[in-house]
Amino acid sequence: MSSVNLRTTSSFSLKPESRLDVMIRTFRLSAWLGWQIESNWADPFLFAIYSLIKPLAGAAILVVMYSVITRGDFDSPIFPYIYLGNAFYMYVGQVMTGISWAVIDDREHYKTLRYVYVSPIHYPTYLLGRGVARFLIASISVVVTILFGILFLRLQIDLAAVNWGLLLIALIVGVNMLAMMGLILASVMLLLVHHMWGIGDAVASALYLFSGAIFPLEVLPDFLRPIGYIMPLTYWLELMRRAMVGEVAMAFPTLAGYSNGQLMGILIGMTVAFALLSGVIFRFCERRAKERGLFDIVTNY
Amino acid sequence: MNFAIVTDNLGRVYKIRGGKKTEPRELVALQDVQLQVKQGELFGLLGPNGAGKTTLIKILTTLLAPTMGQATVAGYDVVRQAEKVRPRINMVSGGESSGYGLLTVRENLWMFAQFYGIPSAVANWRIRELLKIVGMSDRINTKSSDLSTGLRQKMNIVRGFLTDPEVLFLDEPTLGLDVGASRDVRLFIREWVNQDPRRTLLLTTHYMVEADELCDRVAIINQGRVLACDTPESLKNRLQKEVLFRMQVSPLDSTQADTFESLPGVRKVTHRAFDGYAVLELILEQDDALGSVVNLMTTQNIHILNLQKREPTLEDVFVDLVGRSMEEVEKSGYSEGNQ
Repeated sequence: MSSVNLRTTSSFSLKPESRLDVMIRTFRLSAWLGWQIESNWADPFLFAIYSLIKPLAGAAILVVMYSVITRGDFDSPIFPYIYLGNAFYMYVGQVMTGISWAVIDDREHYKTLRYVYVSPIHYPTYLLGRGVARFLIASISVVVTILFGILFLRLQIDLAAVNWGLLLIALIVGVNMLAMMGLILASVMLLLVHHMWGIGDAVASALYLFSGAIFPLEVLPDFLRPIGYIMPLTYWLELMRRAMVGEVAMAFPTLAGYSNGQLMGILIGMTVAFALLSGVIFRFCERRAKERGLFDIVTNY
Repeated sequence: MNFAIVTDNLGRVYKIRGGKKTEPRELVALQDVQLQVKQGELFGLLGPNGAGKTTLIKILTTLLAPTMGQATVAGYDVVRQAEKVRPRINMVSGGESSGYGLLTVRENLWMFAQFYGIPSAVANWRIRELLKIVGMSDRINTKSSDLSTGLRQKMNIVRGFLTDPEVLFLDEPTLGLDVGASRDVRLFIREWVNQDPRRTLLLTTHYMVEADELCDRVAIINQGRVLACDTPESLKNRLQKEVLFRMQVSPLDSTQADTFESLPGVRKVTHRAFDGYAVLELILEQDDALGSVVNLMTTQNIHILNLQKREPTLEDVFVDLVGRSMEEVEKSGYSEGNQ
């Protein structure tokens, strides 16, 4: 066994970092880790094929169902409403569920949660960073799905009329909102030792029903409709649709009384509220997880 | 005197939820732990599985909240100042194969070094050097999912040393390693602490030899309580006035073995059964007491196959403190504590 002097051979000393520096370092690394995990499970060619086929398969199911029910009425404004709602909803599953999945993955699969947690990183930022790869994959899926719709399904989108500025701003705010929801879900995951595998998908599926993704809120019974109105997803999807196909979105009464600026204001307000809430919930769940010794538990459940 | 680790009446009680028809119960994993580990010390926690060693490490590494008392590591409170403790520590748990299987050994280690803010060039240099030491240089670009359990454990040991922490916690570091690898790891641990007086290492083990060989001081822990804390020599010197014998005898049951303890001059007798024979470890007050033991054996038709007088070990210290061998404690599940 040879000897090594780690300290004398290193010509550096660790400088004290500001909180922001720690957060940037954490985000960069966890985004890198997330991408390695998401993209390295297959060779690049297979990964590319999978990234194309998966969203198309999902969209195809919806289109076939729509076609059967409407007898092929692809010119109706409800078609782009459903198609775009479904396409943008991919971000919900990927970003929100992806962030919360990092807790389970690290704790149960890779058994690294304890080592990640006791390292000098900002753990909530780590979780958010793990969602970056999912965001990128979702973005590919959304673009592929929309292009497929335009090219092969007579999806009426005039690219010259798209409000790109609104689309970009709504996307940025919306993804941040989803990230905050993901952080809340991840915080809850810290406390769960049973039944946690399907919770992310269960939450995403429940939100699918109440957010106006594939049908206007008017379709819901009166007593369920308020759930849709208190969820930021509803306003975000409306803004994304308005940016892409303004007149179609306006054809449905759900949020017709609100201007784009009002919707954006509501979305930003709700995102800030969710950000504050996620901070409170994370701290609570972190404290409880430490009290109950759940950071390194492996349930094999 | 600078202390790297200080615990004050530290305790931890787990609340175990009951089933539908059973009441929740409490499990005391640690109680009233008072420890002062000096900077530069290689300190061992010796105890059977479930004694509370891992619980103590979890608290000291900020993973688990204590239910009573307090602890400081590198001068900072592990509960209130966890973010100040973390850059100064690292930990490795033995007997497990954690790691991101899709990443190579180098990528895994590099990433954890980055978590500690170590520049890439320094991290890469250290990774190469440490992998050389554990004999894994040729595996640097192997995906960690392709490593054997033992090699993954070595990778994790490297991860612990990579950040050159002020205080390193090793929880059963040689568990599951083969004899040669365990020896190499022990040598490196000792050398690492010796190289810099600012480095402190706390290791848990249930291997007596490991604690005896490696540690400057050892705390013997059972059922969540620290029973003794001193240098291995001083602990063994406690038994210097006693006489220790190891007897290999024809098979006998534990009830028979217990009868020897009632003889005058016999302090402790532990019994281990093997195929076709049994081994008795005797702690006697004087040599003379051996005669009455032999006489009783003769009346019970127990044959002595081998008799050996020996020096006290930490195992004997444990028996003296607990009344049973560590193996017996583990088998009976008497020592509860870890989760």
